[in-house]
Amino acid sequence: MPEERNIQYVEASVEALQEEMRRDSSIFYIGQGIGQRGGNFKQSKGLWEEFGDRRVRDMPISELGQVGMGVGAAMAGARPVVDIVFLDMIMEAMGQIVEQAATIHYTSNGKFKVPLVVRAAMGSARCTGPHHSRCFYSWFAHIPGLKVVLPSSAADVKGLMKTAIRDDGPVIFIEHKFFYNKKGPVPTGEYAIPFGVANVCRKGKDVTILAMSLMVWHALEAAERLQKEGISVEVIDPRTIVPFDEQTLLESVRKTGRLLIVDEAQQFCGFSAEAAAVVSSKAFDSLDAPVSRLGALHTPHPFNPVLEAAMLPSVDGIVAEVRRLVAS
Amino acid sequence: MQRMRQFELRIQQTYRSGVMPGFIHLYVGEEAVAAGVCAHLSREDYVTSTHRGHGHALAKGVPVKEAFAEIWGKPTGVNGGRGGSMHIYDPSCGFLGTNGIVAAGIPIASGAAMAASLRGDGHVAVSFFGDGAVNNCAFHEGINLAAALMLPVVFVCENNLYATETPFHRVTRNTNVASRAAAYGIPGIGIDGNDVLEVHRVAGEAIARARAGEGPTLIECATYRPLGHFEGDPGTGYRPKEEIAEWKLRDPIDRLALAAMQAGLVAEAELRDIERQVEREIEEAYEFARLSPEADAATVTDFVYA
Repeated sequence: MPEERNIQYVEASVEALQEEMRRDSSIFYIGQGIGQRGGNFKQSKGLWEEFGDRRVRDMPISELGQVGMGVGAAMAGARPVVDIVFLDMIMEAMGQIVEQAATIHYTSNGKFKVPLVVRAAMGSARCTGPHHSRCFYSWFAHIPGLKVVLPSSAADVKGLMKTAIRDDGPVIFIEHKFFYNKKGPVPTGEYAIPFGVANVCRKGKDVTILAMSLMVWHALEAAERLQKEGISVEVIDPRTIVPFDEQTLLESVRKTGRLLIVDEAQQFCGFSAEAAAVVSSKAFDSLDAPVSRLGALHTPHPFNPVLEAAMLPSVDGIVAEVRRLVAS
Repeated sequence: MQRMRQFELRIQQTYRSGVMPGFIHLYVGEEAVAAGVCAHLSREDYVTSTHRGHGHALAKGVPVKEAFAEIWGKPTGVNGGRGGSMHIYDPSCGFLGTNGIVAAGIPIASGAAMAASLRGDGHVAVSFFGDGAVNNCAFHEGINLAAALMLPVVFVCENNLYATETPFHRVTRNTNVASRAAAYGIPGIGIDGNDVLEVHRVAGEAIARARAGEGPTLIECATYRPLGHFEGDPGTGYRPKEEIAEWKLRDPIDRLALAAMQAGLVAEAELRDIERQVEREIEEAYEFARLSPEADAATVTDFVYA
């Protein structure tokens, strides 16, 4: 076993940036408040001091302009990391992400590469309300040319950030605000986690739960409770939804025969529907019950804590749904 | 300018014959801008362009044959025919693309300039765009960022007075594009965009400033497209005939030819020679594209991910 330390998720992400920026002088990092201030979530702490204004640069609140600059710089040989801070604000930059970053490698016949990382934090944390809580990851998965990363642990955020920076194409790197100050074991040495390799976070034999980001934590907590009732739950975190590791999911479902997908984003037309379709078309004969999904309700994100709790999947909800699946 | 003009007219003719897919926006009448600006750029400098970008591509060094084949959608095109008219890219000459999205190239040019600035290699970026782009947020954000970071980039507005069919004065209270530079604390200069010598002089100064680390410049080139917005648009329903006729008298190629002859720098016969030489080059490009095979459907999923 490699040596580990317990550090915060956000510290692990900064380590990845720091180590990569030391390794490769073509990497620069831009975003609002990520300079001297060290980032709204401390997600750039210490980088400005080490790399200076030229490579770690505060930006005006110009999401479109920042991503557009990232695209141009990437085409011109740099490796930019653009921090949108709150994922909600990425809507302002969608044209540059979809029509430019995602498309240029294809339409240029492979002549231009766009090694751009767009980093942002999603999800609800202490009632952040309609404009600071959204989980738009499925939108990006729908766009050919983008890779979509959803790290759920401190070790993953570091290893996946390294892979994102080294990738030759555009990567949408979506962290969860709830995690930033949570601690977890992180290896001390150099490592990178490849895209498209799911993490089987917990082994089980009765039910498979596929969950992303914060929902992985909820699923693990639910699995712990269900274990006491004698229900054995396997929890799979895809880590990247593009590319998507179908194989690990299919193998698990062939073993358990039951699948619940937990999705913090709106369930309707979301990634959970895609994962359900994959299992239904490729492992139908192994299913002992219809694939089940728990996702956010089809509402905007409410501020009110009672309404917000009603809108999002919960640990209690997961426990109840697994019980129902096992009974069916 | 002759190359751009004859290229566009041959593209127009080919398109009208019905063999060319898609739709095209021709650069006829605006050639002085691309010619005057790109004369100052090396292959390592960067350019972002627009939906009306064939001229910029040629002026920046995209090979004529490969450009023709690209617009025709042939696999021998500079991008294998996968992009077409509004998606022409060529890294070998720093051409960061024509673009189907108005104003999108502006922040991209700022980014290329940022990459050059980080390397400290003295290269610059130029962004071409029309008057239709200047009311878009990408114009504001892209220029403001370049100004804040003092990036080596020159913003060149080709103000042809109409955004598609909409007159510029109908959609803004400030039709003086150059004056908008003041909002970003950078120099803004309005010039006659159909006078290639003036474009050349002013662009040269702006590019030299950029290379010297003195930051961006906004240049507004007054110009006109005598043809329609796209091939197939007669271009007359929304513009007075007198206006079109008047601008045709200011044709940039005719004006340069006349000035050069009057100054005794060139004889008419020499100009005819240039025309014929270019004609042969364009005809070869046309034949190259025409004889190229169709695309192979099996390549449709190539290059989605790098």
